[in-house]
Amino acid sequence: MTDWYMILAAVLFLIGAMGILLRRNALVMFMCVELMLNAVNLTLLSAGRALNDLDGQVATLFVLVVAAAEVVIGLAIIVSIFRQRDTASVDALSELKG
Amino acid sequence: MTDLLWLVIALPLAGAFVLHFFGRYLREPLSGWLATGAIAAAFVVSAVAAVPFFQGGDVEAEQIAIWEWMPAIGANFELQWDPLSALMALVVTGVGSLIHLFAIGYMHGDERFHRFFTYLNLFAASMLTLVLAGNYGMLFVGWELVGLCSYLLVGFWYTRPTAAAAAKKAFVVNRIGDFGFLIGLMVVFATFGTMSYTGIFERVGSELTTGAATAIGLLFLVGAAGKSAQVPLYVWLPDAMEGPTPVSALIHAATMVTAGVYVVARSAPIYAEAPIASGAVAVIGAITAIWAASIAIAQSDIKRVLAYSTVSQLGYMFMGVGATAYVAGVFHLMTHAFFKALLFLGAGSVIHAMSDEQDMHKMGGLRRRMPVTAATMGIATLAIAGIPPLAGFWSKDEILGSLFERGGMYAALWIVGLVTALMTAFYMARQWVLVFWGEPRWEEGVEPHESPRVMTLPLIVLAVLSIVAGFVNTPLRFTLEHFLEPAFEGVSLQHPPEGWGMFLLLAGLSTLAGVAGVAAAWLAYNRPPQAWRRFQDGFGRLWTAWENAYWVDDLYATTIVGPGRRGAELAAFQVDAGGIDGAVNGVGWLFQRVGQSLRGLQTGYVRNYGAGFAAGLLVVAIWLVARGI
Repeated sequence: MTDWYMILAAVLFLIGAMGILLRRNALVMFMCVELMLNAVNLTLLSAGRALNDLDGQVATLFVLVVAAAEVVIGLAIIVSIFRQRDTASVDALSELKG
Repeated sequence: MTDLLWLVIALPLAGAFVLHFFGRYLREPLSGWLATGAIAAAFVVSAVAAVPFFQGGDVEAEQIAIWEWMPAIGANFELQWDPLSALMALVVTGVGSLIHLFAIGYMHGDERFHRFFTYLNLFAASMLTLVLAGNYGMLFVGWELVGLCSYLLVGFWYTRPTAAAAAKKAFVVNRIGDFGFLIGLMVVFATFGTMSYTGIFERVGSELTTGAATAIGLLFLVGAAGKSAQVPLYVWLPDAMEGPTPVSALIHAATMVTAGVYVVARSAPIYAEAPIASGAVAVIGAITAIWAASIAIAQSDIKRVLAYSTVSQLGYMFMGVGATAYVAGVFHLMTHAFFKALLFLGAGSVIHAMSDEQDMHKMGGLRRRMPVTAATMGIATLAIAGIPPLAGFWSKDEILGSLFERGGMYAALWIVGLVTALMTAFYMARQWVLVFWGEPRWEEGVEPHESPRVMTLPLIVLAVLSIVAGFVNTPLRFTLEHFLEPAFEGVSLQHPPEGWGMFLLLAGLSTLAGVAGVAAAWLAYNRPPQAWRRFQDGFGRLWTAWENAYWVDDLYATTIVGPGRRGAELAAFQVDAGGIDGAVNGVGWLFQRVGQSLRGLQTGYVRNYGAGFAAGLLVVAIWLVARGI
């Protein structure tokens, strides 16, 4: 039973990672990050359940809190970039190239 | 009274400080008078402090502690007050005062007038530190400080390239000597564990091996040869004449250059254990004496004659102290300070009058225009020529007599000294005749005039001293000998032969040499220029060699300075620029190139960084799986 949850989590994580690597829109990439975080959460919960251990749930709660804080800051950054440049494409933000 | 002895150093030092910071506002001539007052006050203090020595009787040498500097090695600021340092202090401050006074007139109109007196006062303080030091550490401080002052004053007119070069040369050549002196001090410390005179000299007999004594003596000789311009390190002194004439009189005739003689005399107990080192001092002195005297014969620059003469007379002093006739050496040091300072100041007076002309071929007939200078310089000339009863006769004769009495190798040196005396009389009389007699050979527009009283007064005082100073130590009454004896306690002193017969014989011989020299110069040079040119041509190539100072400067230039310069250029332009800078720049270049080729990796696109991150993650994951978690 746990295997399926793990496979689902891996698939979700892979979708998120691919989104990060392939998409240009900052907002979409942000959603992909969330997807990856939640894939990890799913892994933690299923492993906790399988091992009959509460640590998995505790760690998930921490991830949720941190992700919420991250969303607040990340969205604020994206909004301010959009206001300045009229675009949310990350390829437009390549000033730091060598 | 010795409680206040520190004032002797402090007064000129304070003068130097005041002039350094406020000299600009004091201007001319007040800053000159201030400096003169400072050193004259130092003279008064040292004279008063020396009264017990003059009264005779049993007077102990005193060590007066001022403050602790390096007590672990016995190098504190403490003053040695015995007849030797008292005599040196009196000569330095006495002759120094007269030269300061003279300089007020001589430096008139110089835009750095106050700065000149700052340096003069600083020099006086340094020289007094040297002679009053109670240990070798403090002596070395003074030793280096006088070298610095010499550098500053030789290069006083530093806008002249020759003056700047001469100052540098004086400093560098002295470094060579100082290097030997410093090693000598280390040997002293290694042997005795202290630098204090009293600590060393009371243990000389028991703890000093002949080998160590010889090493110390020879190393001190290296230092003394540098400071006192002896062969082979004398070359800086003739060039040092680029400095203002009062500097030549004070530093390069009367005081600083005698520091080497003083050090040998002060270290008499060490030299007593090292006959080889002592002999080396005498031989170096003899070589220097005759070498420099022969060069002086053919010089045409009025100051260069005096410069080589000083080198030669310092050689005499070295012969004296080398033959352990310390009193004779110091006696000659004192009389020489008087008549040589007088000669330099007289030359300064002449140069001043001739609008900075120094070539004696362009002088002549000046006795009518400047009678005081002519008369005083005439007295000094006779004094240095060794004509009785002037000062130089007594001191020179005592050295020669001591050499004769010592016998053996020293008897050969006596002959050298006698020949040198003949040469000395000749070149000094030649100078006097060329400058003051014959017909004027002045350049157009030169109108010589007698110098102002502030300049002639020191000349007159020094002329009187050049006449009477010899009487302090004559076979009739060895006053100076008794005066100095406490300073050379436990050292056997060499004396001239006893008895009137021997004295008259030796004195007769040296007087004959002196008179012959003067007479020859008179006959050769009191004639029209064509006549004395013919006389000079009679010497042939020898005269050319003398005129060019045996080409020693050229020799040093090709054998030492040239290779040294080439070595420095190799080090600077090949090793440093190519090797060391090359390595440093090469490392920078390497990182620049690596960075240049790697900068393409930084695209600025988040997805590229993300791909790298993911790839890394994948690698780590695979690795973890492969090793079975």
